[in-house]
Amino acid sequence: MALLTVTDLSLGYEGRTIAKDLCFSVNPGDYLCIVGENGSGKTTLMRTLLHLQAPISGEISVGDGLKKNEIGYLPQQTFIQKDFPASVREIVLSGCQGRCGLRPFYGKKDKEAATKALERMGISNLADRCYRELSGGQQQRVLLARALCASGKLLLLDEPVTGLDPKATADMYGLIEELNRDGLTIIMISHDIAAAIRYASHILHIGTRVFFGTKEEYLVSDTGRYFAGQEGGECDA
Amino acid sequence: MLDKLMQYLQFPFVQYALIVGVLIALCSSLLGVTLVLKRFSFIGDGLSHVAFGAMAIAAVLNLTNNMLLVLPITMVSAVLLLRTGQHTKIKGDAAVAMISVAALSYGYLIMNIFPSSSNISGDVCSTLFGSTSILTLQQRDVWLCVALSVLVIVCFVLLYNKIFAVTFDEDFARATGTNAGAYNLLLAIIIAVIIVLAMNLVGSLLISALVIFPALSAMRVFRTFKSVTICAAVLSVVCALLGILISILAGTPVGSTIVGADTVAFAVCYVLGFVLGGMKK
Repeated sequence: MALLTVTDLSLGYEGRTIAKDLCFSVNPGDYLCIVGENGSGKTTLMRTLLHLQAPISGEISVGDGLKKNEIGYLPQQTFIQKDFPASVREIVLSGCQGRCGLRPFYGKKDKEAATKALERMGISNLADRCYRELSGGQQQRVLLARALCASGKLLLLDEPVTGLDPKATADMYGLIEELNRDGLTIIMISHDIAAAIRYASHILHIGTRVFFGTKEEYLVSDTGRYFAGQEGGECDA
Repeated sequence: MLDKLMQYLQFPFVQYALIVGVLIALCSSLLGVTLVLKRFSFIGDGLSHVAFGAMAIAAVLNLTNNMLLVLPITMVSAVLLLRTGQHTKIKGDAAVAMISVAALSYGYLIMNIFPSSSNISGDVCSTLFGSTSILTLQQRDVWLCVALSVLVIVCFVLLYNKIFAVTFDEDFARATGTNAGAYNLLLAIIIAVIIVLAMNLVGSLLISALVIFPALSAMRVFRTFKSVTICAAVLSVVCALLGILISILAGTPVGSTIVGADTVAFAVCYVLGFVLGGMKK
């Protein structure tokens, strides 16, 4: 059964529709990339999937007993975080908050989960460092580790490589691919169509043209040929 | 000088002032860290002006216990201000400024149209600057303050991890199943309680100082949320103690003296942060 099924979804702000009639589904183990031009509603779609804002119409149904506290989320960085005094461990541990409910303090299990997430991201050595003093790539790893603490099954990533240098970008994609291979379902927003084609199993293209299907179908579709072609020779590689 | 101090410490009103001053300084600094990081540094100022307006109304209505009116009005304003999210029409800082100025002018207007005493400017001045009201506390006020402070501190400790999660990344917290709205509401209520409490000590105008200075000073030197919170609390208590003692000995206004101590602490922390940062490199 699909983890997430979206039917006839329209989304936007204050009655202004940005994208409409979206239909797609995500199965366990999928790696879905959401691509599209600026302002086509990618982030709005993700926020709607996370119930951070209400859809204008349509339906999002979850399957497989997916609970709200089994979803991990890597948002774009906010300006508040840029000078936030917090250690890496404090931030990663806060990913366990959703599971705590009314319990005021973190338990042993939460701390173990945080330690494990740090190891998985290869940043155990940074645990006691201050977040705002890290490089962009390291910060993204910290936020990804936090998302891992929160997620059991599904991980939503909003442009995880924005502002990273090529090496950090490649590392980040590598990490996400590894998580997907370990069984985590991934939904990622990307500007980078070449990377989307390289890593994703499914593509959702929104904007003036809408497409949903597997990567192979995308490459032979009109939308896919048009946009992937614009990226130059990169997608041939 | 020590003899003189010892002699003063015998008086109950000095003891009351010290107890209340330390507790209020502690409470306001605890929440200050969150407020500064949420870019709500000026909310103390805004809410205290709301409280000032409410006090003016209470004075005109001749209420015996003006807390009954002041506290609810301040709470509602705090909730409305902190509720403003990313997609509101009026942004947080503008909303705070608007409410602050409007409440201040209405308060003054009401006091002028319905004068409750012959010395209006004196009344206004003491409400705004706190004057010496901390030295005229009754035992009843002290108990109220102790009870509310303990409540605030207990809430803060129990909610510490949730406050961190919601402050650092509200969207993430909400998306992963934390009831961020409820915690924001609770936070707003706690802040309103502290502001109303603190008005007794430093008056409307200087509350912002109590909220932001310890937090900013601590952030110069420390780098984790926990250490910043603890350091802010300690700094704030020390400055409040020093400020009250100096004002008693030197006869200076209590509120301004405490804020003076806070600014000195900030300067020290700034230099310290600079030196420590330099050593690391």
